Amino acid sequence: MAGRSIEIILSRQLADCLNVPVFIVDPEGNLVFYNASAEGLLGRRFEDTGEMPMEMWSTGFHQTDEDGKAIPPDQLPLVISIKNHVPAHKTFWVTGYDGKSHKISVTAIPIVGRAQEFVGAIAIFWDNTSNS
Amino acid sequence: MKIILHGTRGAYPTSTPDNQKYGGDTPCIELIYKDNRLIIDAGTGIIGIDWSQYDPKKRLDILLTHLHMDHIQGLGFCKPLFDPNREVHIWGPGGSAYLLQTRLNRFLSPPLFPVVLRDIPSQPEIHELANSKIELGPFTVHSSFIIHPGSTLGYRVDCGGKSLTYIPDHEPMIGKLKLYDDDSWVSGFDLAYETDLLIHDSQYDNEEYMKKIGWGHSSMQICAEFATRTKAGRLVFFHHDPSHSDDHRTQTFDSFMSKNSYDFPIELAVQGREIEV
Repeated sequence: MAGRSIEIILSRQLADCLNVPVFIVDPEGNLVFYNASAEGLLGRRFEDTGEMPMEMWSTGFHQTDEDGKAIPPDQLPLVISIKNHVPAHKTFWVTGYDGKSHKISVTAIPIVGRAQEFVGAIAIFWDNTSNS
Repeated sequence: MKIILHGTRGAYPTSTPDNQKYGGDTPCIELIYKDNRLIIDAGTGIIGIDWSQYDPKKRLDILLTHLHMDHIQGLGFCKPLFDPNREVHIWGPGGSAYLLQTRLNRFLSPPLFPVVLRDIPSQPEIHELANSKIELGPFTVHSSFIIHPGSTLGYRVDCGGKSLTYIPDHEPMIGKLKLYDDDSWVSGFDLAYETDLLIHDSQYDNEEYMKKIGWGHSSMQICAEFATRTKAGRLVFFHHDPSHSDDHRTQTFDSFMSKNSYDFPIELAVQGREIEV
């Protein structure tokens, strides 16, 4: 069995302790974990969904810019981090599986571990809805 | 394959009357298969190795899990290193901002040590490992980064159809008393899966662990859960806290075993103990 890298395991342990939404993806972009705060954003529980391929999570909720214009998946910070191995940041609106809209700021960073391997990326969300 | 525990104590060596039962030297184990030998970690336990059993014409390989002092403190007193005719290879964790050689130099140089690494007569070759596989004679060695402060490797050695997994310092779940349910989220899982003998950090009981979160060590409970989940054949509780007497360690172990049941044998590491797998 291929175990996950310790950098991804430690990212999950950190995410478990945070009260802000966090996504963790593997090098292929599969969403391997999201924490309890992110469940509120997605409108789904990790225990129910399990891992999700990038095609599912990047298109599963509707994201728009300030003008209501749809943002294509490849412009999402986490997708940019995975594809280009660079940090990315963006503020936009999302509508989760539960139909609720949130204005969020997302910062995604690639994770490069001790073995000098790109092992995935982590995205931290800040819900700005109440400030809008 | 025979494994000799030359040092079982964590943190620092002790020589008090209260620490004689399990031994006072810091981590070092020796693996022997026919006339082949391999050493893992160079705590003060390495000083007690019987070098007369070694063929001086054969290369000597020393694997380091990490560079905390208790795991390298005996390196400067390892006699073969001072034999100019000896071929010595030291393997240890890469994955740091500094080369392994540079990090070892910090210890093996003044003012901490009188001889600099480059002047050690055997001129040991330094090799960095990551999530790696190497062959050292009959020993197949897998290394993998595991959770412990600083760059730290666990090792699995397969030889003669048997396996040893050695993870002397490990905190697989920081601040929690249970591992994640999914095996793929457990640090070090692949190294230990179905290993015949697991030598693993078990410095604390749960109560003490919760006071020392992030120090990089496991409780007996987490260690035993790790062994259960990985289907280890046999478990040795390793890395005894030098601040506890052996009586305290024995009581903690007896209390733990009286409340738990496992389908594999568990024992406390004893310095000098020889284990056949």
